[in-house]
Amino acid sequence: MDKGEYVLDNLINVSSSPHIRSGVTTRRLMLDVIIALIPASAAGIYFFGLRAALLIAVTVASCVLFEYLTRKALKRSNTIGDLSAVVTGLLLALNLPPELPLWMAIIGSFFAIVIVKQLFGGIGQNFLNPALAARAFLVISYGTRMTTWTQPSTYAAADAVSFATPLGALKEGGQLPDLIDMFIGNIGGSTGETSALALIIGGIYLLARGVITWHIPVVYIGTAGLFAWILGRDGLLTGNPLFHVLAGGLMIGAIFMATDYTTSPMTVKGMVIYAAGCGILTILFRMYTNMPEGVSYAILLMNVAVPIIDRFTKPGRFGGAANV
Amino acid sequence: MKIHNFKGGVHPPHSKNTMNCPSVSIGVREKIIIPMVQHIGAPCQALVKKGDYVKVGQVIGNTDAFVSAPIHSSVSGTVTAVEERIISGSRPVVCVEIKPDGLQAVSEDIAPPVVDSRESFIRAVRDSGLTGLGGAGFPAHVKLNPPKGVKIDTLIINAAECEPYITSDYRECLENTADIFEGINHVLKWTGIPRAIIGIEDNKPEAIKKLSEAANGFSNITVARLKSRYPQGAEKMLIKALTGREVPPGKLPHDVSCLVMNVASVAFIAGYLRTGMPLIQKRVTVDGSAVRNPGNVLVLIGTPIKDVIGSCGGYSSEPGKLIMGGPMMGVSLYSDDLPVMKYTNAILAFDSRDGSIPDEYPCIRCGRCVRACPMNLLPFEIDRLVRARMYDGLESVNITDCIECGCCVYTCPSKRLIVQSIRLGKDIVRRKAKK
Repeated sequence: MDKGEYVLDNLINVSSSPHIRSGVTTRRLMLDVIIALIPASAAGIYFFGLRAALLIAVTVASCVLFEYLTRKALKRSNTIGDLSAVVTGLLLALNLPPELPLWMAIIGSFFAIVIVKQLFGGIGQNFLNPALAARAFLVISYGTRMTTWTQPSTYAAADAVSFATPLGALKEGGQLPDLIDMFIGNIGGSTGETSALALIIGGIYLLARGVITWHIPVVYIGTAGLFAWILGRDGLLTGNPLFHVLAGGLMIGAIFMATDYTTSPMTVKGMVIYAAGCGILTILFRMYTNMPEGVSYAILLMNVAVPIIDRFTKPGRFGGAANV
Repeated sequence: MKIHNFKGGVHPPHSKNTMNCPSVSIGVREKIIIPMVQHIGAPCQALVKKGDYVKVGQVIGNTDAFVSAPIHSSVSGTVTAVEERIISGSRPVVCVEIKPDGLQAVSEDIAPPVVDSRESFIRAVRDSGLTGLGGAGFPAHVKLNPPKGVKIDTLIINAAECEPYITSDYRECLENTADIFEGINHVLKWTGIPRAIIGIEDNKPEAIKKLSEAANGFSNITVARLKSRYPQGAEKMLIKALTGREVPPGKLPHDVSCLVMNVASVAFIAGYLRTGMPLIQKRVTVDGSAVRNPGNVLVLIGTPIKDVIGSCGGYSSEPGKLIMGGPMMGVSLYSDDLPVMKYTNAILAFDSRDGSIPDEYPCIRCGRCVRACPMNLLPFEIDRLVRARMYDGLESVNITDCIECGCCVYTCPSKRLIVQSIRLGKDIVRRKAKK
């Protein structure tokens, strides 16, 4: 044996090539998304207090528990190790008002994991983004509580009685917040959506780690900004693109929700079409419906369009065009 | 200098650990096993029987079929067995086992061939036993003899060596530069192709320098830098990168007026026309986490892999996987008693950790396989159809276009065996077509 000779009757790994794999795993990708959401979660806790932390803990724990129980009930393998349920729970909390009753949040977790994800076959099979679908479900079921916003603890205007999000203020004609406050996150809104700064930091991390490509966030935000400007309230080309880009759930939607692998297109061309659709729909919802915000529904609608987009953006066959 | 590239592909670690290891001859060992199939095409019939005495360079296997190449003895010695054995596929092939006498007596038939025409050149290449040395093992004379009416305007010399670990072609470029150019000139002269391009990845600057200097002496031979990206050395990607032409589905390089030859193949032709010594030796990279002293070796064809590894200090730990060729497209072996073949360019021994097969998880539709596929396929979709046994849909997703480079599997975060199910699907499509 010390001569480097071995009796090779243990070569069990005779297999078809390739014999090496990249270091990227589903679990690692999900872990990267969790890491990328730390700044936004921290900002949410900073602005909305420990209640936000409690909300995050409850949705994450309940999503993981529902994932475990559903898989067990369906007699399937346990998949909580891939961390995708943690991501769903985290994203759900960040898309809910910080003071939402916890039992409502748990119902949201149930809807996201059991109905949207596992009943369609689990990871990779859902046709809607689970966290967004759950949010939409909660808005329909508990409209008032889902639109009751908390004032940031750091907010200066202490005399405010009913607090409004920037988009709510825009719709109702209230006073619009400072753009700097909107960039930092010192405004009303869902737990993790208010701080554009924290979300952008997370987005840069995802880009640097190669988890997402720039196409969906940049095209989504760019298209939304462009259409916000074109379709201004005071006539064509009068809108404030910066306000719309920083307001509501656009940042978290463009960076974290629309980029969900399972519910977004496969090719770069498809991603651009999908993201542009998200951007246009978001502004149309904000401008021409009675809802102040349209990011969730824009992304959910485009989620449904993904199979069609995928079909029409198939890459051209290699050698398919006459080129001799 | 422009850097040529193609679309898609992956970027595995180069692991060219043996770049600076000059090739060392390992000499004659105790046993030689020569299979009668070492190429794509018809098997050869063994021309010797047990007890015969054979000499170096003697033809021991041949056939009348056009797509095939004769097989020669790499040693002098006594034939100890002619019998069917399982080599690397599942079918048994006839193997000639020889016990070398160590004298290396050269056959009386060895003499430089007389080449004075295209026909005699192609015949000489066939007689040399040359099959593509890059790994595919396609008989070289078949490529050199395209159908009538096909005009070839570019000879592409493949020195890309995009597979991780392998450095045997790199060493060929450094150690055998003159023969490479001599061989290219023979091919150009006798086939009437006007120009040649040597394509080489830009992670081999020393070889690029050496080849470029040598190319200065020839107006019709150029050296082109290729982006280091797997599978840059795949024929279709190489042609695309260097000429912009795409080989249409089901067609061959000559359909886009190209002929692609491996760099070691042309160098071999030069040596053969000079000496008449047929293909009996290979330059092989030996590497991997279970090899004690990785390096490049010159090995007589038929030498058992065990002896080749032994010449590199043996195993450093118990190997979990043995591969003939590169880690992306090489064939894994069930035993190290199997011999080095004409198309062997590397032998890799991985320890049990590197050689392990990861668990598969569900597809998360991340699209990495789609973006990595150099053939513009939807690998995840083909994989889904094959696993769902929806075989009727396979042709509509162009399954036969797949070149089996393995980029989809390499890049998949769920570690899915995508190209493996594509292989299965291709086989099913082929069987259906036969019916």
